[in-house]
Amino acid sequence: MLVNTPDFDKLALGEILDPIESQPANLLPMLQAIEGRYRYLPKEAMVEVALRLKIPKSRVFAVANFYKALSLTPKGERIFTVCQGTACHLRGAPSLIASLEKALGISLGQCSKDGRNGLESVNCLGACAMAPVVTVDGEVHGAMTAKKVSELI
Amino acid sequence: MRFSTPQDFNQYISSLPPSAARRLWVCGGPGCLAQGAEKLLLALRNEASKTNKDVSCQLLAVPTGCLGLCERGPMVACQPEGYVYEKVKIEDAQEIVVETLISGRPVSRLCQDPKDPTASNHPFYLPQKRLIMRRFGRINPDSFEDYLRTSGYEALLSALSIGPLEVFSRVENSGLRGRGGGGFPAGRKWRACKDAIGAPKYVLANGDEGDPGAFMNRSLMEGDPFSIIEGMTLGAYAVGASMGYIYVRHEYPLSVERLKLAIKTAENFGLLGDDILGTGFNFNLSVIEGGGAFVCGESTALMASIEGREGQPRVKYVRSVERGLWEKPTLLQNVESWANIPLIVQHGSEWFKQIGAPNNPGTKIFSLVGQVKRSGLAEMPLGSIIRTLVEDVGGGPQKGRTLKAVQTGGPSGGCLPTSALDLPLDFDSLPEAGTIMGSGGLIVMDNLSCMVDVARYFTLFLKNESCGKCLPCREGLEVAFNILDDLCCGRGQTGHSDLLVNLAQGIQDSALCGLGQSAANPVLSTIRYFREEYLEHEEGFCRAGRCQGLFLVKIDRDKCNGCGACQPVCPAGAITGREREPRTVKVEKCLGCGACLTACRFRAASTERKVAGV
Repeated sequence: MLVNTPDFDKLALGEILDPIESQPANLLPMLQAIEGRYRYLPKEAMVEVALRLKIPKSRVFAVANFYKALSLTPKGERIFTVCQGTACHLRGAPSLIASLEKALGISLGQCSKDGRNGLESVNCLGACAMAPVVTVDGEVHGAMTAKKVSELI
Repeated sequence: MRFSTPQDFNQYISSLPPSAARRLWVCGGPGCLAQGAEKLLLALRNEASKTNKDVSCQLLAVPTGCLGLCERGPMVACQPEGYVYEKVKIEDAQEIVVETLISGRPVSRLCQDPKDPTASNHPFYLPQKRLIMRRFGRINPDSFEDYLRTSGYEALLSALSIGPLEVFSRVENSGLRGRGGGGFPAGRKWRACKDAIGAPKYVLANGDEGDPGAFMNRSLMEGDPFSIIEGMTLGAYAVGASMGYIYVRHEYPLSVERLKLAIKTAENFGLLGDDILGTGFNFNLSVIEGGGAFVCGESTALMASIEGREGQPRVKYVRSVERGLWEKPTLLQNVESWANIPLIVQHGSEWFKQIGAPNNPGTKIFSLVGQVKRSGLAEMPLGSIIRTLVEDVGGGPQKGRTLKAVQTGGPSGGCLPTSALDLPLDFDSLPEAGTIMGSGGLIVMDNLSCMVDVARYFTLFLKNESCGKCLPCREGLEVAFNILDDLCCGRGQTGHSDLLVNLAQGIQDSALCGLGQSAANPVLSTIRYFREEYLEHEEGFCRAGRCQGLFLVKIDRDKCNGCGACQPVCPAGAITGREREPRTVKVEKCLGCGACLTACRFRAASTERKVAGV
């Protein structure tokens, strides 16, 4: 599903894309820059990228759809990420996901209706000694328990 | 400043002022950062500037590479005395500055063993041989001067005088094997790329460390970025490449930042870019941030991703050393392989071959995680025994648990039973036992880890990360996952294990890329060594107490000392008993979640089969 943004700011898009050289190899860097600014890929921005790089829109969509770091739907303002690495799994990541889903009222991969909170998982953050790990907007919290998770919220 | 001749650069190195007489290092590894290392660093700096303004600039607390013992973080080390402090709190900052930084005395209460403040006899460090991690705890990763003071760029300087052919033959003769997983001889790749026709040639570093439970590449990129850059420069010099990329995993923003800064520094000094040190050798290097796809760790997928396409592997009938990135000859190595190159060029191939085991020279960084007392990064000579790593370095299983299995090689690796603990860790012995070395992840599992659940976990991971290009991997893993899920959720049927073995062998034989072919390893290795557990799951029993509802809990009245740790964790209130008296479980109330099994430290709570009708 592609999402149009009603108040889409094309000027801001120029600011993001202008410093990146318009060559097809820069497709992923461009999409990453857009994701960094809007927290997802608005349809208009993807069309603009296709125009700049002179490549089919389908290719932009294919790449956007392939990589996990890119999202076609808006993400929450505050994102809870549960690490699902092996060490975290062994030390109880699945139950952390369950308690976060319950507390936030959304399921994994979703964003709350008001756009405030999002719940995601990541394969491994490389902080295995601290397992299980939850990050809130990138800030890492280690040795989490169901109780500590509810304090985070 | 840009050096225009090797002599200029040499002179600069020898005229560098020595670093501060005494320095405090705050570990900047992932584990310590997660435990508040940055705030601790600020506190230490603050204290240092308060106490003695005259020498404050000399007494800097600088973030350094990973000290390894993540479990005990945040860690602080002091050079030159070599004191190592564990679990340091912000409140300790003042004492550390006054006692250690200014007076050079250890703060004993922060040491693991007050009698051994330098941790020289610490079982975690004793069996290790730190070559690739030699600068961790000794330099500021962002400091070019620190790198130079620790023999940095000496290899490049000697390379420029001995010429590219000699650099190549040193690497070829060293017998170095690729550290990314396959253990392919680096020399053969280098020779093929050197002899390949086509220009420009590329050298790539694979920093797309996607294996869950592995963080050695992250620590290397963040702890000693210049060593990777110097290694790649040497590689480009030897094979005649002029362009290079380091492909870094999206989830590692700090690695990207540090590598970019290091590249910029090297460019400013004339060690990257056109006409390096006035020798006419051109090498441009840049960092590419991945998009969050596990499959991009596969060589051809990685190249597709750099070219701006979906990261899907291709069939390798044409090898990428001949036609790789943009159809040009391309030399791809893991970042850890690259970090070995300056050492080999500097000290020679004979020196390198003395370390490690025959046919497996050098060291390897392992990330030791899971159900073990001391998690962390350990650099061991290749050929070290698994038991040394798990029991000595890692300190064995946690209290009240027993060791069950060791998983190596990331999600596409395999699980080994305890009977295989005396195997050497090298590129040849592990495949014989049905697993792989991989990039060096080592995950320890204990009696509360269910091997069917572990296989399900890895298969889910691989199913989600399958790029979808070939059918055996895309559909086969889906089916395998469904069967494993049935087994873990009490829907197991007789014959499921055999079906899984057939299916897994089919995937192994017919998938397109290395990742697809090895995707069956978790299933095959767990069935090979733990078939009994699979058969029990077919009958609806999980002995580990991991699969909910597939077991009953009983408490051994002789072993239970009545500590009561199990009682508050039970969500159903099924455990009863008075203070200091053995507890009992009410079967009709028990949900079968296993929380009490985890809580019990005295092996009193254990699982038993459900009786029909209960």
